[in-house]
Amino acid sequence: MAEPLEVDYQELKHLVSERALQGETVLLNMGPQHPSTHGVLRLLLELDGEVIINCIPDIGFLHTGIEKNMESKRWEMAEVMTDRTDYLNNTGNNLAYCLAIERLADLDVPPRAQAVRVILVELERISNHLVWLGTHALDLAAMSLFLYCFRERESILDIKELCSGQRMMTTYFRPGGLWRDIPAEFEIAVRRFLRMFPGRIKEYDALLKKNPIFMDRTRNIGKISAEDAINLSLTGPVLRGSGVAYDLRKAQPYSGYELYDFVVPIGTHGDVYDRYLVRMEEMRQSLRIIQQALDKLPYGPFRSNNRKYVPPPRAELGTSMEAVIHHFKLWTEGFTVPKGAVYVPVESPKGELGYYVESSGGNQPHRVHMRTASFLNLQALPLMCKGHLVADLVGIIGSIDIVLGDCDR
Amino acid sequence: MSEEHLNTTLKALKDRFELADSAVMKYPPTLEVPPGQIVQVSQALRDEFGFNFLCELTAVDYWPEEQPRFNVVYGFYSHANNVRLMLRVPLNGDDPSLPTLERLYKGANWHERELWDMFGIHFEGHPDLRRILMPFDWEGHPLRKDYPLGYEEPQFTFNYDEIDKRKHHARYEEA
Repeated sequence: MAEPLEVDYQELKHLVSERALQGETVLLNMGPQHPSTHGVLRLLLELDGEVIINCIPDIGFLHTGIEKNMESKRWEMAEVMTDRTDYLNNTGNNLAYCLAIERLADLDVPPRAQAVRVILVELERISNHLVWLGTHALDLAAMSLFLYCFRERESILDIKELCSGQRMMTTYFRPGGLWRDIPAEFEIAVRRFLRMFPGRIKEYDALLKKNPIFMDRTRNIGKISAEDAINLSLTGPVLRGSGVAYDLRKAQPYSGYELYDFVVPIGTHGDVYDRYLVRMEEMRQSLRIIQQALDKLPYGPFRSNNRKYVPPPRAELGTSMEAVIHHFKLWTEGFTVPKGAVYVPVESPKGELGYYVESSGGNQPHRVHMRTASFLNLQALPLMCKGHLVADLVGIIGSIDIVLGDCDR
Repeated sequence: MSEEHLNTTLKALKDRFELADSAVMKYPPTLEVPPGQIVQVSQALRDEFGFNFLCELTAVDYWPEEQPRFNVVYGFYSHANNVRLMLRVPLNGDDPSLPTLERLYKGANWHERELWDMFGIHFEGHPDLRRILMPFDWEGHPLRKDYPLGYEEPQFTFNYDEIDKRKHHARYEEA
């Protein structure tokens, strides 16, 4: 006879109910190595039959001390670590960090750099949503979509590689602009993607939107009301699925988002299906933004001319002594940022990504805190999954769209 | 519209609770609040001025300074008026503690657990204050400035003995 599975939950014992301790309900440990928890998320589930009556998330398995590490690195070195938090939204993290430094130092960013930033961040949003869609559909047993989504994501990664030489960890945005100008093939590659992608979204919708199995497993599942969502500090598609049109690109535009015409899609029921609809529409709106930004992409410098923060071009090093000094200073001790603190939020694909950056006037940040959407959105999971079946839990986790690297930092 | 709302809020709070602007924060507009008043100020912000959303909660350590050693930073956002406002609470180094905001904003729950985990700031009245990112039996609070950043030191001939003394437990012992 098989031994019953022992769940080690000593540190969580005070959270489970009396019934579970007496053995009337079942305690089930899900994760941290479960494929549908999208990383290393551990859930302690209390089950009555197949119904979840309590869910206790246990996070921190991917905590790498990024915030602590950033405090001992120079400003420009610390930026490399921002890529590594959310591995599906690297440029978005770079953008928030750069915007924070630029605001602290009153650094200007030329219009061309702003437009390129918008294009890349929106491409990143599509690529993030593609990974979400693929894995979410896979969790709900739609296997083929996963392969299609990763095929399209590949062409976005190719565009990133074209610009920065890296597919994922780009660090392409630098305080004051970009690392280098976009190559000549960039526009062709993005336009090819813009032509190809609308048809592909139609294909995804044809596979899922009216699919009775998908609808059965997502409608009226994981509902959350707008009041609860706001009170729990939810942001992003999870909040918009509940009908609150809070999108930082519209509400408090940054990096030139006020120039582009787009719609913030919202849902009505706040269930898993509405979050799916919101994200699908967001991909179409991102395409519109990219199209507009590309059509009126301004010419001009790609980074600021402020030599205290931005290195001089290579050509000047041979002729200007001042340029050599700036170059030497920047690559040996780095730049210093005036004393002060800012909180700069941007709209990441998962929600509000805020960087709290404090400088003590030196060449290293005094404190960097990332307010990440995954961390706070995950907090609503116990409320969302109460009363649902275990099989629905994977759909709910998928619909929150968490990245554990983003959550644990 | 929104700018106006922000200014009236700031003025009303300053008058009622005798608060001052924070000297550190560049953006968004920030008020400095003594630890005892944080719940009342947040309650007023939520109920009277429509700041229904807690967007940020973090702390900064100014060690070796002791009074105040920590600054706890609260960020609020109003969905109706589209404005952002922050509060900074200075805290002393010995046994730092604050009343919890969990009853007003449910979203503060994990934020406060994170601050307890990383800085050792105690939140009174929190329903479940335990570590969130570090293992439950971890000792110390990693984001404090006096907590060393651990890394592997390369051993050379000149510092071999000194490092060996500290790390003898990790030495390969021949059987």
